[in-house]
Amino acid sequence: MMYENNATLRRRDLLINIAKLFFEDKLFAEIDKIAVDMFPKRSISSTRCCIYKSRAIIKYRSMAILGFSIEDEQDELMTLSDYAKIAVNRDKVDFPILTVLDEACSSCVKANYVVTNVCRGCFARPCMINCPKKAITMVDGQAKIDPEKCVNCGLCMKACPYHAIIFVPVPCEEACPVGAISKDEMGREKIDYTKCIYCGKCTRECPFGAVMEKSQIIDVIKHLKSGKNVIAMIAPAIVGQFPADFEKIISAIKKVGFSDVVEVALGADITAEKETAEFKERMEHGQKLMTTSCCPAYTEAVKKHVQELGEFVSQTFTPMHYTAEMLHVKNKDAVKVFIGPCVAKRKEAIENQYVDYVLTFEELGALFVAKGIDVAQCESSVIDNPAMKIGRMFPVSGGVTGAIKEVIGSEDGFNPVLIDGLSKQSIKTLKTFAKGLCPGNFVEVMSCEGGCVAGPGVLSNPKIATVKVKNFTK
Amino acid sequence: MEKINIKICTGTACYVMGGANILMLEDFIPQDVKDFVHIEGSTCLEYCKNAELGKPPFVKINDKLISEASVPKILDYINHLTGKDF
Repeated sequence: MMYENNATLRRRDLLINIAKLFFEDKLFAEIDKIAVDMFPKRSISSTRCCIYKSRAIIKYRSMAILGFSIEDEQDELMTLSDYAKIAVNRDKVDFPILTVLDEACSSCVKANYVVTNVCRGCFARPCMINCPKKAITMVDGQAKIDPEKCVNCGLCMKACPYHAIIFVPVPCEEACPVGAISKDEMGREKIDYTKCIYCGKCTRECPFGAVMEKSQIIDVIKHLKSGKNVIAMIAPAIVGQFPADFEKIISAIKKVGFSDVVEVALGADITAEKETAEFKERMEHGQKLMTTSCCPAYTEAVKKHVQELGEFVSQTFTPMHYTAEMLHVKNKDAVKVFIGPCVAKRKEAIENQYVDYVLTFEELGALFVAKGIDVAQCESSVIDNPAMKIGRMFPVSGGVTGAIKEVIGSEDGFNPVLIDGLSKQSIKTLKTFAKGLCPGNFVEVMSCEGGCVAGPGVLSNPKIATVKVKNFTK
Repeated sequence: MEKINIKICTGTACYVMGGANILMLEDFIPQDVKDFVHIEGSTCLEYCKNAELGKPPFVKINDKLISEASVPKILDYINHLTGKDF
């Protein structure tokens, strides 16, 4: 199940508040009031030490929503209003796409192994004797691990006959499939962008909500308000994201101010066709395998961590690329906004010449609420150029494989393998594929387990969303 | 046992602010009270338009309005109604 999570709800609350202020032309005047309104004088902060710390963190969250890296903060006296003015005047968004709120980071345990009070300070003391770094001493009759010496080997936990030593994870580090997030000298988490694949798992797993995306919501609203042509390119996973029909979602998006709504599934139709042709060609040339290329976190993982697999990754572009390219040919000056469930798409979009901005479904939901739009009560709107079924299948794990299968038309010589979710383990599996140990000849890789419907930027429970996408493509 | 009517608001504000997860409520209702509980989703009940009523998501259980609703909060109230502990 997807658990309730205060960090997520707080972020959404702020997104809605900030979007609303901007739509109502009150952003500069009132953005600095939000933190005080949330934690007024004499109120109680339930999670932080005091309301002043809570307010400070609200400020940093707001900075991320305005699109700034917290790491870049130079002048602590700069107000959110000052930041908002810079945000409204910038022309484009930049790297990096994630930011760590060092004040929100709780600097979780340095050593992952902790001795609980179950320890009886026994005579045998296998924990102490087997510790290769001599990190364990006896304090008040119980074992104690010195985090400065501990190297997290876990021998002590295995050796303890009382099961008194436990493993305490650092959630962001545990979630990261590639070891890109780790502590700095202060014990606070820091992202190494030479390793990061932008999968967004850390943003979701940090219980303090200390890793955030740099939102582009301000940039998009600015263009919506300017009266320019702003086109929404909606990822196919959108079908399951609101409690309403696809047709109503389309008109809700138009109500926000987008001039047109285009399915990225149109681009996925092209991806499926081209990828199938490419697959056949590669097989005819005697290649052993080909992997998909539509998941940007996966292709980033190959570039940074599994280079040996690079030659097997399809050269076909992503659905977002083809969709934006099509729009560019027809309407060069329109602002093109990809709306999807994905963090890594922000990276892909910055590098893509046709895509201007990326919003998550969560941010789209915030736009609806800020504008007082109830999706279920919108009239049905017909999409001008509907995509085919094959393109609409992409967002559920196995969907790309299904689409390719449909295009090929026969299962002869097509042996698909699915990597459903990137993890430390599945990255290792991918490495074995590069060595020729792949059990099939076509590998679909999805960074998020379950597919895009389970991405970090979704609103709906992935279970419900999966059913809706499947019904939509029946 | 008296029938318990649960109305979950699926208006966009409620949905975005956590209501999406409440739609999984049925999976968490204990078997022995399931027969007495009737769950329905509703189009926007407009509670979000009145700040005095609290914050979304809203759920109505019989006549009781629950703001900032969550699955545990709802289960807690059902527990209160049935006098059961689960």
